[in-house]
Amino acid sequence: MSILVIAEHENGSLKGATLNTVAAAQQIGGDIDLLVAGSGCGAVAEEAAKVNGVAKVLLADADCYNHQLAENMAQLVAELASGYSHILAAATTTGKNFMPRVAAVLDVAQISDIVAVESADTFKRPIYAGNAIATVQSSDSVKVVTVRSTGFEPVDTDGSASVETLSAVHDAGVSSFVKEELAKSDRPELTSAGVIISGGRGMGNGENFAMLERVADKLGAAVGASRAAVDAGFVPNDMQVGQTGKIVAPDLYIAVGISGAIQHLAGMKDSKFIVAINKDEEAPIFQVADYGLVADLFDVIPELEQKL
Amino acid sequence: MKVLVAVKRVVDYNVKIRVKSDESDVDLANVKMAMNPFCEIAVEEAVRLKEKGVADEVVVVSMGPKACQEQIRTAMALGADRGIQVETDETLESLAVAKLLAKVVEAEQPGLVILGKQSIDSDNNQTGQMLAALTGMAQGTFASEINIAEETVDVTREVDGGLETLTLKLPAIVTTDLRLNEPRYASLPNIMKAKRKPLDVKTPADFGVDITPRLKTLKVEAPAAREAGILVNSVDELVEKLKNEAKVI
Repeated sequence: MSILVIAEHENGSLKGATLNTVAAAQQIGGDIDLLVAGSGCGAVAEEAAKVNGVAKVLLADADCYNHQLAENMAQLVAELASGYSHILAAATTTGKNFMPRVAAVLDVAQISDIVAVESADTFKRPIYAGNAIATVQSSDSVKVVTVRSTGFEPVDTDGSASVETLSAVHDAGVSSFVKEELAKSDRPELTSAGVIISGGRGMGNGENFAMLERVADKLGAAVGASRAAVDAGFVPNDMQVGQTGKIVAPDLYIAVGISGAIQHLAGMKDSKFIVAINKDEEAPIFQVADYGLVADLFDVIPELEQKL
Repeated sequence: MKVLVAVKRVVDYNVKIRVKSDESDVDLANVKMAMNPFCEIAVEEAVRLKEKGVADEVVVVSMGPKACQEQIRTAMALGADRGIQVETDETLESLAVAKLLAKVVEAEQPGLVILGKQSIDSDNNQTGQMLAALTGMAQGTFASEINIAEETVDVTREVDGGLETLTLKLPAIVTTDLRLNEPRYASLPNIMKAKRKPLDVKTPADFGVDITPRLKTLKVEAPAAREAGILVNSVDELVEKLKNEAKVI
């Protein structure tokens, strides 16, 4: 068996989710090749070559792979697919975008967002917003799989694979990149942070998130938000934790002024420790919290900042 | 142009689902069903395009048992002009739905196809992308804004780090994210009018599509329950527990 993992990268560096995806590939077992596709991504390939457990890095460097447009990526990956039994990518917005397209080109089903590998053809994945876990077995010749990064421990980066440059250039010519507006943040990325402090509707307004940021700075934490806080316009939507936002599993998740709707819990209930700070003692968040504090967040958060 | 919208009948998002005791599936007997929330957003966007004069006809399609006609009627009450149901009692996987949709696209020749980004039951997030692959069209997934020009559509997408804008050649496939719009409610007169709008019923056999599942569900289980936590009384106690008991700070 051999497995093709598609590397997630941006701005010239490999993203952490790739390391979790390789970990899932190792559990399946077999030779693992890592595909780095992009434009001007030679440095990423060098970085990818250090990922443990990778036999070979394939580098597809061409303008048409810039921003990994689904139409072009799908053609590239489908062409490479014949040599592999499994194709894996991280279940990020990039992976979710092009992988089903790859699967359809290959006429196989895709298995989305796996959280565990049972065997080479059997995987576990959450359904119904994480309220049930399905074990599914694939009968397809090629398994196209996206991997939930919080389900797997990342592999180390002290390996030394060889890099092979691909000459393939696939430009479907039906889509083009216009612009991007990326949210700027000096704090750790939500999906890889060890500690996350999130605010909900109870924060009252966007300015009050500064209180959470000050606590986050003391903890080296990322700041997240519930969908209610995003919909109310308090913070941008890339901070959203939940079924329709980011799925996180940090060591410590502090939910402040968040009631704990199913949608939100689906995004954070695999955190190691959950702390809930809410003045409503009936809030469902207390049912999943390891430590709960029933109090007004406007009293508690400044005190917490002071005592850390 | 003609806009085609795909809608799915799913368990209502407010329902707390339960797993069957034999772990074969989720128990959906006597559970409230509704249109998938992302599909509602897709219908709303299509209707807005019609109101702006960009679209001249909105066709809504759904696949599944007879009951999914309810969701087609709902979409027609919201403003869709006519409906197509592909009737089957079999479980449809994303690939089968995409193949059936590709046949509907072939027959209807829409200028734009709008789907939700994922259904809240299977949480797959695949069908739109698969349909794009099968039709060879460009795809704009997780859209939070769409602007249609003569022969192209600009789609602003919600990506992990923020937003990204793409230009796609028409015809194209768009899948909706939550912030694309706020769906309207159907009024009673419109619900009555929707009953008289045309609804075509087809079967997978009419399209010659093989819908045999590729995946076998071996087991559906409840997620591991979290141990009950404790309530602390002060910030001091919380910090102490996090430092000494949980050892996470």
